[in-house]
Formats: sequence, C-alpha cells, structure tokens
Amino acid sequence: MAADGTEGAGPIETDAVIVGAGPIGLFAVFELGLVDIKAHVIDILDKPGGQCSELYPEKPIYDIPGIPVITGQGLTDGLMAQIKPFGATFHLGQRVDSLQKMDDGRFRLETDLGARLIAKVVVVAAGGGSFTPKRPPLNGIEAYESKSVFYSVRRMEDFRGRDVLVVGGGDSALDWTLNLQPVANSLTLLHRRDDFRGAPHSVEQMRALVGEGKVTLLIGQMSALHGEDGALAAVTVKLKDGETRVVADRLLPFFGLTMKLGPVADWGLNLRENLVPVDTEKFETNEPGIFAVGDINWYPGKLKLILSGFHEAALMAQAAYRIVYPGKKLLFQYTTSSSSLQKKLGVS
Amino acid sequence: MAKITFIQPDGTAQTVDGEPGMTVMETAKKHLIEGIEAECGGACACATCHVYVDEAWRERTGVPAEMEEDMLDFAFDVRPESRLSCQIRVSEEFDGLVVRIPEKQF
Repeated sequence: MAADGTEGAGPIETDAVIVGAGPIGLFAVFELGLVDIKAHVIDILDKPGGQCSELYPEKPIYDIPGIPVITGQGLTDGLMAQIKPFGATFHLGQRVDSLQKMDDGRFRLETDLGARLIAKVVVVAAGGGSFTPKRPPLNGIEAYESKSVFYSVRRMEDFRGRDVLVVGGGDSALDWTLNLQPVANSLTLLHRRDDFRGAPHSVEQMRALVGEGKVTLLIGQMSALHGEDGALAAVTVKLKDGETRVVADRLLPFFGLTMKLGPVADWGLNLRENLVPVDTEKFETNEPGIFAVGDINWYPGKLKLILSGFHEAALMAQAAYRIVYPGKKLLFQYTTSSSSLQKKLGVS
Repeated sequence: MAKITFIQPDGTAQTVDGEPGMTVMETAKKHLIEGIEAECGGACACATCHVYVDEAWRERTGVPAEMEEDMLDFAFDVRPESRLSCQIRVSEEFDGLVVRIPEKQF
C-alpha cells in the first residue's frame, strides 16, 4: 500500500477515485487508464475482486465474452494483470465513509481508516454495497454493539481481563480464540457443531488449550443476550440437551459477511430501491462528476451482468475524460492498432 | 412438475409448482416466496436461503454435503432439519415437498 493519506499527511490528490475493487471497479481502472486518467481504488475487503473473490472464488463463470469458463478468482487475477500497466493505487480494508463536493468542483472522500483523497471524478462501483459482518438476529443486540459486542478486534486491549465469548467455526473465530486467550480473564468458544472449518493447525492449538482448561469449548447456539445499557453480562446458549448461561462481557460473533448499501446512501445521490440511477450515455449519477457502474447502478433494462458493467465502464471513461481534461479533444482509438494505446499498455 | 409447499414462520402456506431441475431456492425466488433471500444467487456462499425440511421429507432430501454443512455455520437457529434450499434440486419424486422458512435469514 502506498501513502494512504492518513493522519499527518495531506490528502491525496488524484484524477479519479473508484469505490469498489470488484471486476467492474478493476476494469474501470483499465478504461480510465487508456484515456490517461489516474485512479485510486478503495475497497472494504482486504483483497481485490469483490464478490468474485469473496463469495465465489472457485465457482465457474460462463458468460464472459470470449472466455468459455473462468473462476471468480481467475477473472480477478486476469483483471489485475490487465490493469497493471496503469499503476492504480489500492486502499484495501477500508470503507469510504464520506464523499463531499468541494467548492472547486472536485470531490473529497474519507475512509473509516482516515485516508483522505481529493478527486476530479468519482466512480461508484460498489456492487451490492459494502461487505459487513452478519449480525446475529438476537433481540436487542444493537444496543450492545461497539460496547460489548464486536465483529472484529481492532484493539486487543479492549479484551484484557474480560470474559470473552467467541462464536463461530472458521479462521476468524479460531484466530481470535488463540490470540485473546492469553489476555482474557476467561475465554469460551461456541460453535454449532464439533467440526471446525478453520486451518487444521489452529484447530489443534485450540483443542490443546481446551485440554489444558484454558479455553472452554461449547457446542451449541446463542439464543439470548443479558445485560443492560450496552453492558453485556451473560449469553444464553442452547446446547444439544438443554441450555446454559455463559458469563461474558465481551462477545465476538463471526458469522461471515453480508452486503449492505452502507454510506453510499448518505452521499446525496438519488436512490431507487438501493440502486443508483444513471443515464445510459455516460453512466453518470444525478451529481455531475460522480459515475456509477456495475451492479450498484440502475437504468431501464439494466442487467446485473459483469459484461454489462464492463461496457458501462468504457462509456463512463469517455465522459470522465471531459471532466478531467476539459477542452481537450478525445480521439477514439483501438488497442489493436493504436501505437499510443499500446505504449500505455506497455506492449509496444 | 412437483408441488412444493413453503410455510412461513406465522404458519401461512404457499404451494407452488417446482420444475424438475431447478433448485428449491430458484423455485422460491420465481414465485416470490418471502423469507428466501439467496443473496449469492445460488453459489452456496451466503446461507440466506436456509429452510427447515419437513420431517416426512428429510430422508428423501438427504443430508447436506460438506460445503453446505460448512455454509450452514453462517445461518441462524440451525436445526437437524436445516438445509440450504439452493442445494436441493427439484425432481418428480419431490412432489409434495414441504419446507419451513426460518424466522430470520440473518
């Protein structure tokens, strides 16, 4: 990761910021790059690829023109190779929380990790929104969030001396069981079955700690939270036979991710059933200079297909050029025959 | 065709025609059955098409494969009769299948 505009440094100034590193966000880097627009890409996941990498890395995709079959990860890898010549800067593992228009017509964006960017155009390629941790549907859980219930560990100190209940059976649940056990007062790991998806080595380490009596392993599911004013005191757990009450003042549920529109809803863009309406010439939103491409946009006849998003990115780039290079004439060229495009691609 | 009945948590039942070859999730989406979200579109990657298979049908629909069992870890209130409906393929022999929709899909 290059300089990411966090505390201390001034904001990064760039031509374009692409929100979302899924296949369409990645291809937008390509199309913008061909017309000399430099891009920074921000994504909440810690890797590029969006749903292709997060939801179906191994699943085959059959409708990419010219490629009879490719996996989600294969497509991501291919796109990353294709956009390499354009040297986009990626800001991963962070979410764009605010987007504001500045007096000079440019846009100012800030992420939840404090990265600040200023761009002439913004391309929203956020798909189904940002991936956010699934919230167990337990009554009143919202009141405990960020006080006693956390979906990730940002500071281990927050768990020191606490009675911690970790729920889940994958790597996150196992890793935090292993990492927090030494600092917690007590640590209970709860999973619905005595079979873990996590790395075998982590499972072994966890079982060893259980054997030494340092971690309590329960097989069951949460059914109720107890406490007041956001301070958790205990969790009722349904076991195979009957139920038990686990004393816990910190709860870490790990039930995977789901997509939520998130802060995009607060950027002053028109919305239509959680989608951003755009025109079909430029794929621009109601706010000039902010474009939306891929699954997040809507226009009459919209199909949520990767190939449609690629087309949208190509047309968007033509319109973005007029904003980034006002007054300059854009000459339409083919990568097959244009020596200047081939130079940009590093193939001539 | 195979008649498939979806029962909502409040007891409301809807019976629809399932086409052999389609999954139970696709059948639910096609008939706009509430409570089947199928966020990932059937990739067995989200656990938001969770259903409870009626006792009488459990044997015929079978048990979850390993990938589905792993994905059920992401569902809420998982029971022995829990399945992901994107992993149950409709066939003529499922005529009369009854599945219950959980209170919440997370």
